[in-house]
Amino acid sequence: MKSTTINFIGNRKIAMTFSTILMIIAIVSLATRGLRMGIDFTGGTLIEVGYQQAADLTTLRKTLDESGFANATVQNFGSTKDVLIRLKLQEGISSADLSTKVLEAINKNAATPASLRRVEFVGPQVGDDLATDGFLALLYSTLAILVYISLRFEWKFSVGAIIATFHDVIVTLGVFSVFALEFDLTVLAAILALIGYSLNDTIVVYDRIRENFMKMRKISTEDMMNIAVNDTLSRTIMISMTVFLVLVSLFFLGGEVIHNFSIALLFGVVFGTYSSIFIASPAALMLGVSPEDLIAPEKEGAHLDGMP
Amino acid sequence: MQNHYPFWKNLLILSVFLISFIYSLPNLFGEDPSVQVSSSNALTTEQANKIESTIKSSGVNSKAFQFKDGRILARFANTDDQLKVADLLREQMGSDATVALNLAPTTPSWLQAIGADAMYLGLDLRGGVHFLLEVDMDAAVKQAEERYTEDLRLALRDAKIRYLSVAKDSGFIKLKLKSAEDKAAVFALLGKDFRGLKVTEPNEPDQLWAQMSEIDIREVKKFAVAQNMTTLRNRVNELGVAEPVIQQQGDNRIVVQLPGVQDTTRAKEILGTTATLEYRLVDVEHDVQKAVEGHVPVGSKLYYDKNKSPVLLDKRVIVTGDQIVDASSGMDQDGRPAVFISLNGVGAAKMGKLTQSNIGKPMAVVFIENKVETKTVAGQKIRHKEVVEKVISVATIQGAFSKRFQTTGLDSPQEARNLSLLLRAGALAAPVDIVEERTVGPSLGQDNINKGVLSFVVGFVLVVLLMAGYYKVFGMIADVALAFNVVIVIAILSMLQATLTLPGIAGIILTVGMSVDANVLIFERIREEIKNGNTPQSAIYMGYDRAFGTILDSHVTNLVVAVVLFAFGTGSVKGFAVTLIIGILSSMFTAIAGTRMIINWVYGNRRVDKLSI
Repeated sequence: MKSTTINFIGNRKIAMTFSTILMIIAIVSLATRGLRMGIDFTGGTLIEVGYQQAADLTTLRKTLDESGFANATVQNFGSTKDVLIRLKLQEGISSADLSTKVLEAINKNAATPASLRRVEFVGPQVGDDLATDGFLALLYSTLAILVYISLRFEWKFSVGAIIATFHDVIVTLGVFSVFALEFDLTVLAAILALIGYSLNDTIVVYDRIRENFMKMRKISTEDMMNIAVNDTLSRTIMISMTVFLVLVSLFFLGGEVIHNFSIALLFGVVFGTYSSIFIASPAALMLGVSPEDLIAPEKEGAHLDGMP
Repeated sequence: MQNHYPFWKNLLILSVFLISFIYSLPNLFGEDPSVQVSSSNALTTEQANKIESTIKSSGVNSKAFQFKDGRILARFANTDDQLKVADLLREQMGSDATVALNLAPTTPSWLQAIGADAMYLGLDLRGGVHFLLEVDMDAAVKQAEERYTEDLRLALRDAKIRYLSVAKDSGFIKLKLKSAEDKAAVFALLGKDFRGLKVTEPNEPDQLWAQMSEIDIREVKKFAVAQNMTTLRNRVNELGVAEPVIQQQGDNRIVVQLPGVQDTTRAKEILGTTATLEYRLVDVEHDVQKAVEGHVPVGSKLYYDKNKSPVLLDKRVIVTGDQIVDASSGMDQDGRPAVFISLNGVGAAKMGKLTQSNIGKPMAVVFIENKVETKTVAGQKIRHKEVVEKVISVATIQGAFSKRFQTTGLDSPQEARNLSLLLRAGALAAPVDIVEERTVGPSLGQDNINKGVLSFVVGFVLVVLLMAGYYKVFGMIADVALAFNVVIVIAILSMLQATLTLPGIAGIILTVGMSVDANVLIFERIREEIKNGNTPQSAIYMGYDRAFGTILDSHVTNLVVAVVLFAFGTGSVKGFAVTLIIGILSSMFTAIAGTRMIINWVYGNRRVDKLSI
């Protein structure tokens, strides 16, 4: 079996610089452009209709315009036969009836009527609630994980893990902001799943560092971390590949509804893998992790000392 | 003996696999388009026979015709037959029964006997409508305050306490009395009949300010939601939906899910229908027959009951539905089915006065619905409002009563239950708004299933190939465990009857990618141990042993996130969290215990020179 000896930790400055640049781009974009929130959070109406042949978007826009839906956006969804119509919340109009009216309007003078595939209407209050719940989920999962890792590891590790995870989340959100991809409930779910995945990766590396701390007393912390990252490298890459494969399958075959979900996780897995190799350990190192931090578990693992 | 599982352990693992396999089986069988006929009263054998002969004479071949528990389920080969029969039966049965379209699972009876059912598909997969309705609580409380104001005026008048005004003003019901000396009497009255009110004494000596107490407001709100849910259930029954879901969400919201419903316009109209009740005396002095012929006496009105026989009622209303505080069904002292009704103050006073002078006379309950219907007339859609009035019960006044009374003379406990339901539903406590709607058409639902299944199969095959290619025999063993993991996830989802959504399928797919993680960790360890010079047998042993702590740590973090997602997720996102949680847990079992068992069979208890890893 081949084993790698790449100096990941020694070259941490390169990775740190790269990550800092990515983070700055992401944060600047999030601050200035923000996220393109879907109707789940903003409220509004979304209507998906299907035609027998390619839809004529220009006519459709004109029809909607003439019927008093001037603020409607019309675009293809997945294929040229499917059309997505979005409407913002309107004051005074009974929003629940909106979808019925829109469908009536576009089918009134159409040669071939569109078939209704999907209607989503979210009222402003519900949108606010969903956004609040989403934010709380993000907050509580972060806290829960912080607690769990602090119990299992030393605090410097947990801070390191949180830094790595935040890095992944922010950069992934940055991708959604820069490319103006729609951020809806499924994407939020993907971001949360990503937190779990990214931590999973980081923890495997940390576990090995802890183990090496107990086995290898003579080597510097930096070298020892490097060995741990190299030891777990094939595992890290292997698991990223399996997850990546299923996500690619989901992205290409799972349909338009689940598209942004897959995108979020695809980017998340790439950044998650990168951060668990290049960011998590250097972060703990910079926080000053040393073998002494693990004095208590050392006694537990004393019998391991004799192992090669 | 190294790498050998005791017999009981193998047996345990194999039984889990076997049970999971059996319980996942129902998902392999499809569904038959079917028509379900049911009625608020159980259908009779006579009716069932008539329906069966109707289907036979229509020229459509039904795959199966089942009459059980007073309900009929007829299965058909395709949806065309199903729709044809449904239309036919709707016409024939009219309002006597509900005819609903359904997809009946074709699970064999031996599987049904052990409680094995297919997974419950969410609306995004089967198509249908999801509504989130919000009950207008402010309106409910305002209505209650108005009722109190009205009741107070009446009570003061009855107690002969003179007042200048009783009016709602800045959150209070302000009582202005003629003289401050009457205060004590008012306090006594309030303490007796208006315990829900909190009374304060302002600076003005001749005034008393009353306010609904926190408990009372909470009760009113709870009642408003409960009442609306009952009403919605009645409405939904009218729609002919096979498996509707009506649930409370939070304090003031109600979820209504109607699988298979496509006509959202009609659904919205029916959900928005309001209804009320009226108690009236039966006009016994005039001839009903003459009224039917067109000679309705002045002061009376002609109604029809549920059997379409005419009833002549007094025009004056005794009590209306919004004066009913509660209605419940049960048995009276003689064991006959009865409905127990409570009225509020105003209603009780009126009822008391009327019954006293009308003992022995019949009294009727009229159910009134305000329907909005869109009809297509000559290509034009016309919205028109319609008021439907129906006598739902006629009973003889046995004695004078006011606040609390019972209605007997009902045919069955079921009828008593229905009446109490209608009485409660009749008084629609508060208006509701649709605050969220999600409709998925049938074509999109099927598309979603197909795409979900396809991406699952492709993703699964890719992972299987990668594992087998990289870890050889060990990889193939992990693949077997992976397959069983999927079987277990499906079995648990089926057993729990958890809702499978499109994000839920994505969760299963993601689980496939992540659940080999444990195996990758173990196999990498085994490789390492071999590299360190361990024998194959001890490498297997130590590989499993040492990887376990890491597997536990990494899976627990994933689990924590999935649980938080479940707690805060709504709708389809919850479905994603559910599959993720089940997937993580079952993958720990299959990837550790499952693969170990097979590896023990292949390599355990014998001399091995080289591992295929």
